[in-house]
Amino acid sequence: MSDHEYTPKSKAGKWFNDRLPLLTLGAHLTDYPTPKNLNYWWTFGGILTFCLLTQIITGIVLAMHYVAHADLAFASVEHIMRDVNFGWLIRYIHSNGASMFFLAVYIHIFRSLFYGSYKSPREVIWIIGLMIYLLMMAAAFMGYVLPWGQMSFWGATVITNLFSAIPLVGDSITTWLWGAYSVDNPTLNRFFSLHYLIPFLILGLVVLHIWALHVPGNNNPVGIDIKKPSKDTVPFHPYITIKDAFALLMFMIIFAGFVFFSPNVLGHSDNYIPANPLVTPAHIVPEWYLLPFYAILRSVPDKLGGVVLMFGAIFILFVLPWLDTSKVRSAVFRPIYRQFYWIFLADVLMLGYMGAMPAEGIYLILARVGTIYYFLHFIVVLPVVGLLEKTDPIPMSISEPVLSGGAEPSLAKKNNDKI
Amino acid sequence: MIKYNFRKFILLSIIIFAFISPSKSEEQNKILKVDWSFKGLTGKFDRAALQRGFQVYKEVCSSCHSMQYLSYRNLGESGGPEFSTEEVKAISASIEIEDGPDSQGEMFTRPGRPSDKFKSPYPNVNASIAANGGAYPPDMSVLVKARPGGSNYIYSVLMGYEDPPTGMILDDGVYYNKYMTGNKIKMSAPLLDEIVEYSDGTKATVDQMAKDVTTFLSWAAEPELEDRHKTGVKVIIYLILLTILVYLSMRKIWSGIDSEV
Repeated sequence: MSDHEYTPKSKAGKWFNDRLPLLTLGAHLTDYPTPKNLNYWWTFGGILTFCLLTQIITGIVLAMHYVAHADLAFASVEHIMRDVNFGWLIRYIHSNGASMFFLAVYIHIFRSLFYGSYKSPREVIWIIGLMIYLLMMAAAFMGYVLPWGQMSFWGATVITNLFSAIPLVGDSITTWLWGAYSVDNPTLNRFFSLHYLIPFLILGLVVLHIWALHVPGNNNPVGIDIKKPSKDTVPFHPYITIKDAFALLMFMIIFAGFVFFSPNVLGHSDNYIPANPLVTPAHIVPEWYLLPFYAILRSVPDKLGGVVLMFGAIFILFVLPWLDTSKVRSAVFRPIYRQFYWIFLADVLMLGYMGAMPAEGIYLILARVGTIYYFLHFIVVLPVVGLLEKTDPIPMSISEPVLSGGAEPSLAKKNNDKI
Repeated sequence: MIKYNFRKFILLSIIIFAFISPSKSEEQNKILKVDWSFKGLTGKFDRAALQRGFQVYKEVCSSCHSMQYLSYRNLGESGGPEFSTEEVKAISASIEIEDGPDSQGEMFTRPGRPSDKFKSPYPNVNASIAANGGAYPPDMSVLVKARPGGSNYIYSVLMGYEDPPTGMILDDGVYYNKYMTGNKIKMSAPLLDEIVEYSDGTKATVDQMAKDVTTFLSWAAEPELEDRHKTGVKVIIYLILLTILVYLSMRKIWSGIDSEV
């Protein structure tokens, strides 16, 4: 993708590179032409890579001290907190790291929604990203079960019970998932095993995600195709690396603020009570990053219906590139879509809030309204707005941000292809 | 990012959340708030309060409540009550610990060592429930972290014993507590004036003992707190300095490019 073939300078380098072109790959990653107008919402890819590696490294260390047994898990976590050198630091980085990971991934996803990064030719990047997001939710859920506190146990009970809504085979599937007739030691054991496996699956998908990104190159705030390399691009290194490093450091300051000064604020206090199958907590609440989906689940009076809508809310994102009928990518040039974008974001935040509240009264009504709107956004708003909206004039290149005369977007796109 | 209706969005969100946030008419009494020395970015435990709090735990709470994740050696570690090595040895030696089996297969008792875990008052959870009228006296190792409101909540419950409001009938062995969920508690008021005698001359009022033992329990739940605060301040100062350096480098690197960073 760079405009010149790379040849290593040293003889040994050339010998090796002819057999395995790792140095060519390195040169490609360094020279990779990146739009020069990327804003800070584009730094979250690098931040997410940092989050994943942090979780893997701290997780491997925690696994050296953790015991996956129903009678010992809670005590082994306290052992980590009290007796392992810097165990408290490693565990708090890992537990808060999960929240920071989701914070970053939500910003990353909503950036994509605003600037239309999911549209042609980047559909595969988007779909791989969603697969990563799904695996993240699975990993986070299972990880929350491992300390074997009250929320661990009852969260696991609620979520695994969802599968019993499947007609005919639901109960058998649930028993199979548990490895017992309720959430018990076999469940904890397999969750630990899977919790250790999934991050490496995510790592593999991240490689594919970046590979798929490097085929068409980055989208950008203007959302137009650009010639690469050109005066609209900068080499990835040092321009983007230094900018990503700056953004990552800002992110790490917030991260450190949580780890050192309020490490438990994002968790639930009930999880410091050892799991007790005989005592149900007053409110079973998942971690904050799953709350919008929890609200959708509870807003349906029928169990199977709730499960279908909850999974539907995630899987509808997979067909998003084909639901959005607009040819213009960036919301900067889509005055109508822009309004709906913010309404949609507010809707998701409201659903998250409803997920944390008891499912009754006004909360339940608002959760239902929010759920209906969530699906309307994808099924009605996106296809219709895309067809009817009159988009603003699109510039022909990043260096000429304003197209004089306000030509038709289609014309601008045509001109743009020629540049 | 002020552009593209971001402001409108913020405004809309505020209106929506103001509309739906729960009204403040909650039935439960608001818990008491204490200005603890260990809160805040550089918060530290009051060493004397920790030592007094341990005395309250040992002489009052420990007859029912276990603290199974703590060891006697923790009492001498930095950031905690910081008893001297001799004091820790004396404290642990005053406890009889069951050990074994020995070479004959017999269990035996011996004086405690600093490496021993805190001895639990009951052999198991069922025994503790049976001895306490059907209510489990929770293990106190992480109790502060296990309750919403944390230290303030524990302090409030200790201070919340009152006569029940007229018309409220309580069963035998059930007590009224202003701050307990449901206002009913199976533990009788544990603290009475002068129930312990402080060696440092502090007057053992209920309020004083409640504060001391809550401080002790807060340390027990988070023995790393002082270390965490100290390290945290250093880490954040380091990160801010590094961020400034990286920012300046970024400005220099990007200075030749006609795009803002």
